[in-house]
Amino acid sequence: MADISKPLLSLRRVSKRFANGTLALQDMSLDIGDHDFVSFLGPSGCGKSTALRLIAGLSSASGGEIVWHHAASGSADKTERRLGFVFQEPTLMPWASVEDNVYLPLRLAGVARDAAAPKLRETLSMVGLTKFAQVYPRELSGGMKMRVSIARALVTHPRLLLMDEPFAALDEMTRNKLNNDLLAIWREHRFTVIFVTHSVYESAYLSNRIVVMAPRPGRVVQELTIDEPYPRSNDDYGLSSRYQTHIRAVQKALHGTLDGIAIDH
Amino acid sequence: MQHPIDDTVPNQAALRLERDRKREAAARVWLPLLLVAALLALWETVVRVNQIPHYILPAPSLVLDTLLKNWSNLAPSLWFTIKLTLMALAAAVVGGVLLAMAFALSKWVEIGLFPIAVVLQVTPIVAIAPLILIYVDSTTTALLICAWIVAFFPILSNTVIGLKSADSNLRDLYTLYGATPWQRFRYLLVPSALPYFLGGLKIAGGLSLIGAVVAEFTAGSAGKNTGLASRILESMFRTEIPMMFAALFLVSLLGIVIFVVFAALAKWLLGHWHESELRREL
Repeated sequence: MADISKPLLSLRRVSKRFANGTLALQDMSLDIGDHDFVSFLGPSGCGKSTALRLIAGLSSASGGEIVWHHAASGSADKTERRLGFVFQEPTLMPWASVEDNVYLPLRLAGVARDAAAPKLRETLSMVGLTKFAQVYPRELSGGMKMRVSIARALVTHPRLLLMDEPFAALDEMTRNKLNNDLLAIWREHRFTVIFVTHSVYESAYLSNRIVVMAPRPGRVVQELTIDEPYPRSNDDYGLSSRYQTHIRAVQKALHGTLDGIAIDH
Repeated sequence: MQHPIDDTVPNQAALRLERDRKREAAARVWLPLLLVAALLALWETVVRVNQIPHYILPAPSLVLDTLLKNWSNLAPSLWFTIKLTLMALAAAVVGGVLLAMAFALSKWVEIGLFPIAVVLQVTPIVAIAPLILIYVDSTTTALLICAWIVAFFPILSNTVIGLKSADSNLRDLYTLYGATPWQRFRYLLVPSALPYFLGGLKIAGGLSLIGAVVAEFTAGSAGKNTGLASRILESMFRTEIPMMFAALFLVSLLGIVIFVVFAALAKWLLGHWHESELRREL
């Protein structure tokens, strides 16, 4: 699955120092392969969300560079990079219906309502919200709001989907359901995912690569490959001993970072 | 995927909620009316039983009688006050919103101008009004300026907060999708600011009436082209107490109508999404 020989983008010694002096990210180097499902895993303050914001272009690096290999030569054309971003909160506009929320990226790109209609229908059906197109966000449950947020990120057919602890605030059953649905959509549409999480189980279940990060300063401590075939279902994979083995390996890498903190104090 | 609950069959809870809602809506109308009627009846009784002379305290019936008999005299004054109030409010909305947009666009404008706006707001209008009346030739224009000074501040300060209140993640999202400044303003800032603006409008509606009346009191002008405040002053000089009450009644009524209209406007614009206008099911 991972095709590092043809990466989508590369981080080269990327650092971020905030105005208050905090070194949020130190010398992060990483290739993100096309069609990869990469998890950034680590405790709070390890720079995983910072790295995501840097990749999204929402904040600029203090050092190093982020290289997009598929962008039109010599240009930093945003349409070539087509990004989708899912925040930890659903971040919906409460005054707009589900459909209008999903329409937002297209509206901002200047796509007329009529021209967007088929795409809106398709995307809403992808996340199972066809019946809720005209409903306002306040009438939806937390999981459904997150589905709207995912639909909004997918409506532009992004090359890269960035997700910042998207399911952290949801109950476990809803989270499992959304994880499975996300994997199904990803397999069908073949975009690249960078998924920020602090859950070992989630990262080992979803991704084919896990980047384990440590705090103070935020940095990469280990990269693990989860070489398991997709589709991964709970029965085939989630309950298997292979999954348990991966979890132990990830936990070991993660605990190394936590021990580091204990020594610091 | 989640399936919606079949809501074609009304359930017990829905029926109860509907009944409670109707009962509350009705109570909102008749409960205050009943209370006012009781107070008026008490007032009427006290005046009649104690035979209080009408130049000290007129009975409500006499006030109503005076109002009807002098309607031809009061109506132009009422119309003048309505015009003055609405013009001041319109100017306050335009001025307040434009200034708020300038504040939101540039912090230098805000740093420079906000203290001046505060000075205008905290200086009592009765203290500035005589000066304005001296410097401005047209009395009506002077009154308008006074009423505007009183009314524009809540619109300005609320709209400034509203424009700044847009969710930071949503701002990032607009940046991510390369929104133009106009798109950001139209689709993100305006809807975010709307509830705050409408809150300011409710306050400014009442204040523009207060400004219009207070300014006219200070102007103390008599004559044909004057408002309800002049009628009150006039009746005071002539000790026509029932006429004072009649004019006062019209001022209050106008204030209530303004409030009700803006409350309805807020409900209409925000009812389907904003917390302030939502009814929570318990």
